Formats: sequence, structure tokens, C-alpha cells
Amino acid sequence: MRKTLLAAAAAFLLAGSISAGISTSAWAADKLKVGFIYLGPVGDLGWTYQHELARQALVKEFGDKVETTYLENVPEGPDAERAIEQLVRAGNKLIFTTSFGYMDPTLKVAKKYPDVHFEHCSGYKRDANMATYSSRWYQGRYIQGQIAAKMSKSGVLGYIGSFPIPEVVSGINATMLGAQSINPNIKVKIIWANSWFDPGKEADSAKALLDQGADVIMQHTDSPAAMQIASERGKVAFGQDSEMIKFGPKSQLTSIMDTWAPYYISRVKAQLDGTWKSEDTWGGLETKMFQMAPYTNMPDDVKKMAEDTEAAITAGKLQPFKCPVVDQDGKEVECKGGDHLGDGQVLGMNFYVKGIDDKMPGK
Amino acid sequence: MQFVLEKRTERSNTIALVSPLIAIGLTIVTMSILFAILGKNPVAALGVYFIDPLTDSYSLQEIAVKATPLVMIAVGLSLCYLANAWNIGAEGQFLIGAVAGSWIAVKTQGTDAGYWVLPAMLAAGAAAGALYALIPAICKTRFGASEILTSLMLVYVADLFLDYLVRGPWRDPAGFNFPTTAEFDPVATVPVLIAGGRLHLGAIIALIVVAAASVLLGRTIKGFEIRVVGAAPRAARFGGFNSDQLILLTFAISGALAGLAGIIEVAGPVGHLQPGISPGYGFTAIIVAFLGRLNPIGILIAGLFLALTFIGGEQAQIAMKIPLDVTKVFQGLLLFYVLACDSLILYRFRLIFASRQVSRGTG
Repeated sequence: MRKTLLAAAAAFLLAGSISAGISTSAWAADKLKVGFIYLGPVGDLGWTYQHELARQALVKEFGDKVETTYLENVPEGPDAERAIEQLVRAGNKLIFTTSFGYMDPTLKVAKKYPDVHFEHCSGYKRDANMATYSSRWYQGRYIQGQIAAKMSKSGVLGYIGSFPIPEVVSGINATMLGAQSINPNIKVKIIWANSWFDPGKEADSAKALLDQGADVIMQHTDSPAAMQIASERGKVAFGQDSEMIKFGPKSQLTSIMDTWAPYYISRVKAQLDGTWKSEDTWGGLETKMFQMAPYTNMPDDVKKMAEDTEAAITAGKLQPFKCPVVDQDGKEVECKGGDHLGDGQVLGMNFYVKGIDDKMPGK
Repeated sequence: MQFVLEKRTERSNTIALVSPLIAIGLTIVTMSILFAILGKNPVAALGVYFIDPLTDSYSLQEIAVKATPLVMIAVGLSLCYLANAWNIGAEGQFLIGAVAGSWIAVKTQGTDAGYWVLPAMLAAGAAAGALYALIPAICKTRFGASEILTSLMLVYVADLFLDYLVRGPWRDPAGFNFPTTAEFDPVATVPVLIAGGRLHLGAIIALIVVAAASVLLGRTIKGFEIRVVGAAPRAARFGGFNSDQLILLTFAISGALAGLAGIIEVAGPVGHLQPGISPGYGFTAIIVAFLGRLNPIGILIAGLFLALTFIGGEQAQIAMKIPLDVTKVFQGLLLFYVLACDSLILYRFRLIFASRQVSRGTG
């Protein structure tokens, strides 16, 4: 009945309006089709924008050998599975799903189409045809923490969190460990936006943090809204995901910029060569999967310190989560990675380090 | 000379039938112009939007999947709106229904609980949705509080409650602290109707809901009461109809349907409870209810049509690289034209010449 009604409705609605003989799925067999699922709009100037830049880099690198398609603003709910499957059905053979919330939908579609390869960003579930990739952003956060502690006069940092998931929590902890290495009494105030991309909320959070006495703003949300507020108020801030200096020429200290292009190019190349394998990539500064924007709006000695720390982390000489790590309650965390916390401990991080005077949501 | 909008003495039934066609026609004309400006072939673009999704079973299934929650919620809302009770909080009732049903799924996870689990979940979802909707209804009938405000505000309460549960007590212990429950057991999952697809039992339930609402409104005294209370409150009072009781009843029914839609969505296409299970279904359903003229069959058609524009919009992004924003413009235009054309049912345009302008009573 539903189908009949549907057909009836469609016929009714379209009566006499269009006559279409369209072939949309004409695709050359020798071209590799690569699909992307984006969380935000390509113009978010943050997270999604960086994936989009990497997609454009792919097109530039491979030219006629690939054809790329993206779907933007795909919510991390029941619609995601359909969006991914639509890309499969349109002939895409390699599909990048670029947000944590696409994990289960990607896995479901991957099981259904074993001959299509999937790349999921920032999740932990894998399959024979589903790889994962992410960056060790906490390394950059440690550098930011050091800069923030040097730059703050009030000794209070303002932090806009998105969701209290391990990636964000480990970022807060790394920031604090970096800051404490400069000023052991540094304080941080945290506001949860409960969204990755909500410029209005992000701006409000930044205002609230500044009103509460914070004088350095850092964020784990995707828009430049917080940077703009800091700029308006004459305070300093860190960009997120991409270069945000345009939004705070006198405010941006640096930014953790996602530079996915090298990874995307290597994966597409592997796909073209037939050597694609499902693996887990967690790239640090040394892989250039993310990079620090130029250190600006700070005295030379702070800049020098930041560059030294960056070099030390890149060379593997400095571990942000160096043992002993002490949690909020003063308990020493078990050290599973030799002289630093193990990857699993960072990937599943669910505690605040000592000195964070706040309660984690849901704990 | 001037245009005036003049009230008709009675509804024009011809226009009532033709109005949606005019609206669709105007939308198509406007969109064609827009596509042409964007440099896309309008015929091809409209074909991708409206025809392609209807040509294969996969897309048809997806349309039904997308329309299922919209139709179920909208049918419930239409009863409220017909009775002049303004339930704006279906989104919250949807979420609470999802939470209540998930409670059973989470508690029975990994046990040998049998086939009673899913029916119990559906019943719990509907009951919780109804109870949750009764809060604003009772505030209205007992204290005269605006149900528009209270029902809307309860959306945020439900949203945050769900958020708390999946971050705290119900979090998947094996999920790296990510905010989601574990995948539901098979006995707690809404069965799929066609192997390999996503069309699920919920679609049939939605059809039953449409049929039941048609009978209720068209063939029962209660349905008559609902319509009279909305259309002519004074007449209803003289007729001895208890409008308070009807507010409670319609709110309970619409809450139950929204709650049922919520648990079906979670136990069906999503498969677990997580934040963001609804991309605003409860609000989109308000549009569906009015597009369908508060008539169950009309709502079914409107729900399917709106779902078609979602699916078509995705395919247009993939096949023709038409930005998502155009899909949104398209949906907005459609609603705009439908409402604009509907005013022709009750009003008509008249051209008045200054010299002949005489004051006349209007009907």
C-alpha cells in the first residue's frame, strides 16, 4: 500500500512537469571514485573545511585518475548509514567518513559491501575493509598549554569542550600538563558546548569564560566564533582544526591544523595500486597529519620555547603523558607504555589530571 | 487600482484540490531558474530529485525509512492541532520514548530474555511518550500554562536526560567511554522486512497508525469532538464536550505516537541509544502535519514527499554536485508556496479600480 501510495503521490505531484531520461550513474570504469562524508558544511572553516582541502589536494594530485564526491552536513544519527550507502551505490570504491559518530554506520555498510574500502576518522572499530585514522592532537595541546601558561596574566585558562569523549579529555589533560610545566598553579575553566559546530554557543561559551576571569581561550569545537570573541575583547586564543588567523590577527597564538592531504593521498595511491590494507593510523607531529600554525602574537622567548617543545615532541624526546601521571584525586595512574601512558590509556582517557578543579560530566 | 485579498464566503473546494499542484508547479519553476543560475541542467536536476529515487527498490525503502518517524509523529500532532492544542514538544516525547524503550533493551542485554523484549520496549516507549506529553497538557488544563512553551522546553530536558544516560549509567563498558550504549541484542531490534535493506516493521506500524487515525477522525464521536472543539470551541461547550479532557487525550495520543516512533528508530535503523538519534524529527513533523493538512492520508503523502526530497537531495549532491543548501532552499520554497497557495482556499485576489471603490461588507 505504501508503494502504491508513493507512486500515486509521485505521479500526482509530478504530473506533466518533467520528462526525464537521465543517466546519473554513468561512470568510467578506469576512474577511481572516492567519496567523503562530512559532518559540517564545507565552509565551516574548521574541521570539515580541512577534510575538504585534503579532498581538493587529492584531485590536484591524481587529476583524471580519481573522481571525488562529498556529502556535507550529514548528522551522526540514522541518516549517516544511508548517506554512506548512497556513496557506495554511486560507485565509490574508497570512502572516508570523517567523524567519530559515523563509526557504527560505517561498520554496518562495510559489512554489507566487502569489496568497498572504508576509512573512518577517529573511531576504534575496524574490519577487513574498514581502516581507521586519527591524529595525536594531544601533542599539540601540550605545546598550547605551555604557551597559554606563559601568556596568561590571571593564571586562568578558558577551555571550550565539545563532548567529554577521550579525545577531548586527553586534550584538556595534555594542555594542563603542558601549562603546569610552566606554572604549577595554573587553573582551567571548562565549558561544554555539547556540539562540534555551533558558532552561537561557541561564542557564548567564550564570552562566559572571559567574564569568569580567563584570559586565554582554547577550544575543541570547530568554528572560529571563539577566536572572534577573543579578538573583540583584546584577548588571545588558539585556533582549532585550521588556520584561523584571519579571525583574530592580533589574537591567534597558534592553531592545531589538521592536514589530512598526505594521508589521503597515500591511501588513494594504495587503493589505485591495489595495496590497500585495513590498518589503524594514529599520526603524531612527525607524520604531519596535523601541524602547528605559525606561533604569533607572543614574545620571542615564548615562541622559542614553543618551537623547542614542538621539536622535542616531533623527535620523540618529549612525551606529553610522561609517567608519573597523577589523577584529580591524587592517585597515580598505572603506567602502561613504558615511561609514558600507553596508547590505549590515551584513547580511552576518562579522568582529569591533578590540578583540574572541575568534575567530568557523567562521572 | 489595487490588489486586495478578500475573504471568500465559503471554502473553495476546487482550489483546495488544485492548490498543492500550483505550489509544486511554482516550486519547480523557481527551482529550475535556480538550477539554471547554478549552471546545472534543470530537467536533469529535477529528475535526480524526484524521479531517480523512485526508480529502484533501495531508494524506495530509504524513503519509507525516513518517512516512518515523520508520519507517525505528524499524525499524532494533527490530532492535537485539530483540537486546538499546540504540542510543539514531539521531539522531546520522541526522545523519552526512545529512552524508556532502551531501558528494557539495556537491562536485558546479554540475558536469555526472549521475544517479549521488543513488544515490551515498544509499549514502554509509547507509554513514556504519552506520560511525558501529559505534563504540558496537565499544566495547561490545571494552571492555564501555555502548552506551546512548556512542551517545547521539555524537549531540552529530554535531550539532556538522554545525554546523561549514555554518558553515565548506560554507557557501553567496551566503548572507550564514547557516549553510546552497546548495540542492542537481536531480540531487542525491530526486524527488517526485506533482507539486505533497511525497511523495517516500523513502516507497517506507521501505516496502521494512519489508518487508525483516519477511522478515529472520520468515523467516531471522539474524532468529531476533536474537530468541533478545535473549529468551534463555543459550539463544543454548548454541545457538552469537555475540552480539557480532549486536550489531555490528544496530547497523550500524540505523545504515545512520538514515543513509539522514538523507540522504533532506536531499535531499528540506529541499533543503540546515542545522542543525536533524531535530526529534528519532532520539529520536521510539524511541517509534515501542516503540509498534509492535518489529514492522516495527507500526512502520509506529505511525509513521503518530504522524505523524497531528502533522498533526492543526497543523490543530487552525489550525482550533480549540487550543494546541500540548495536542497534546503528547495524544501523551504515548497513549504512557502504551499502555505501561500493555501490562503487562496479561504481568500481570493481581487483587482479594485479606484473609481469604483465603494465600501462593501465582506463575507
